[in-house]
Amino acid sequence: MKSSVKKSHKNLKSQLTQFTGFLFLRLAVYSVLFILLYFFYDVGSQGYKAISWEFLSQVPKRGMTEGGIFPAIVGTFLVTLITALFAVPLGMAAAIYLNEYARAGRLTRLIRLSIRNLAGVPSIVYGLFGVILFVNMLKFGTSVLSAGLTLGLLTLPWTITASEEALKSVPDSYREGALALGATKWQMIRTNVLPYSIPGMLTGAVLGLARAAGETAPIMFTGAAFYLPFLPRSLKDQFMALPYHLYIMATQHHAIDKARPLAYGTALVLIVFVVLFNLGAILVRARLRRKWRH
Amino acid sequence: MGTVKKKGILGDLKESLIQRLFQTSGLLAIIVLVGIFALLLHTSIPAFREVSLKEFLTSTRWDPTSPERPEYGLLSMLASTVMVTFGALLVAFPVGVAVAAYLSDVASPRVRELVKPVVELLAAIPSVVVGFIGITLVGPLIAKLFNLSHGLTALNGSLLLAIMALPTIISISEDSLNAVPVSYVEASLALGANRWQTLVRVKIPAALSGIIASMMLGMGRAIGETMTVLMATGNARAFPHGFLQSVRTLTANIAIELGEVPYYTTHYYALFAIGLVLFILTFFVNLTADVILEKQKRKLR
Repeated sequence: MKSSVKKSHKNLKSQLTQFTGFLFLRLAVYSVLFILLYFFYDVGSQGYKAISWEFLSQVPKRGMTEGGIFPAIVGTFLVTLITALFAVPLGMAAAIYLNEYARAGRLTRLIRLSIRNLAGVPSIVYGLFGVILFVNMLKFGTSVLSAGLTLGLLTLPWTITASEEALKSVPDSYREGALALGATKWQMIRTNVLPYSIPGMLTGAVLGLARAAGETAPIMFTGAAFYLPFLPRSLKDQFMALPYHLYIMATQHHAIDKARPLAYGTALVLIVFVVLFNLGAILVRARLRRKWRH
Repeated sequence: MGTVKKKGILGDLKESLIQRLFQTSGLLAIIVLVGIFALLLHTSIPAFREVSLKEFLTSTRWDPTSPERPEYGLLSMLASTVMVTFGALLVAFPVGVAVAAYLSDVASPRVRELVKPVVELLAAIPSVVVGFIGITLVGPLIAKLFNLSHGLTALNGSLLLAIMALPTIISISEDSLNAVPVSYVEASLALGANRWQTLVRVKIPAALSGIIASMMLGMGRAIGETMTVLMATGNARAFPHGFLQSVRTLTANIAIELGEVPYYTTHYYALFAIGLVLFILTFFVNLTADVILEKQKRKLR
């Protein structure tokens, strides 16, 4: 009798520790969710006041205390386009090599190790590399081309990883079917692998590009301009970019009071852009996953 | 499959050319990594014609524009980087592991499907926006709490970097917890342990190496993060003495000075030498994490 009381007492205690333990874990999750939501709320509630058609469609005016961010939006779009043209095909090709051709061995291990390490290289180091290689050695100058290529290198490990994931999701039976019918390796890839993996590859690529578009450190010294009232006319021109513009408005502007509302507006545009791309990618991914399950 | 062509010498040639093309793209990863190191090294070397390596690595004074005697010591900035990173991990590691444990062991599948994208979204916020929030929201809060004239301090940088390191720590830790074989959990539950005891005494110890690797990857991110610390920590050049002071990290110093420095001067080269130090630091942190993760993968297989 006594021992059973003791036992249930012990049971109660261990149940209590479990309850408190899980409560602690829950609190951690709630605090992370709260922080994210509060960030969005803060930028959203301050930023929406600045948003207007004028803000989105005009050039900055009066020492960037009035007007809009149109050149920065276009500049970010252009630089991301160059990044995409450079990094997406290369990333896909590297992924095809790794998943379809490469045999397990030292070289393949070394390539994978390099990819994982490239993903960890600080973005400002990419910026320095861009200054040496694109701006100086290849003489592209500080331009939208140099900045786009620098961001392209930065994005490369992400696009490779995402593309490989997409290739892996194609069942091996698709490959075996093509080979059994006498197709060559490339024919197999072209007809039975790529058509099914391209949506996944592009989803991953878009996510990587959205991240690249928000980067500042790599473009600061390779082509982003403090203030340009016009749009770049060639690949060798400098450009305005949203993230760099936000940095300038938040820290380098002489009239903080006048610049702050516009900075909030710029931050909101950046966040909305990132959230939309991520939500889109999540939806596409969920759809793809459902498709492969059937 | 009506398009299958006859195979011949020409077809073989085409096949091998295509393979070579893909292979070159794969090799590009190695080339870029080695290229970054080589070009940074090459551009750093001229700095050491005028600055001794000993001064560069052990002096706390960095004053390249002094008219009398320019000084090039990175120790204050290195200490700032270490301090801000350490502070970030102090917050991010326990919270990150807790969230990972919640996702792997407590949350229902529906909650998990909801929380995971949110964590991904956190990783997607541009660092310049996080820095902006540091100026407008977190910094003023710190100033108010500690009665400071402004909140642009190491503490501000640490808190913001913690938020940025969280997604990495959460996702890698969760992967490691999920990789623990079900048999471990079943054995523990069968012996009468409850879920909390199983988590703390069986699963976390079994996944420990992966959890530590997640911390190292988070550390790598924090060391290399530029815009957030540049905007949020005040950038004072002195040697750091506490979390409530302004500090200037290695990354912030490059960002501040590279825009103003004349090309091909000792100062210019010295900034690339700081970049080289950053590259080497993050390389070894990431490599260690990588080795730990590979080992764990092999063990749990």
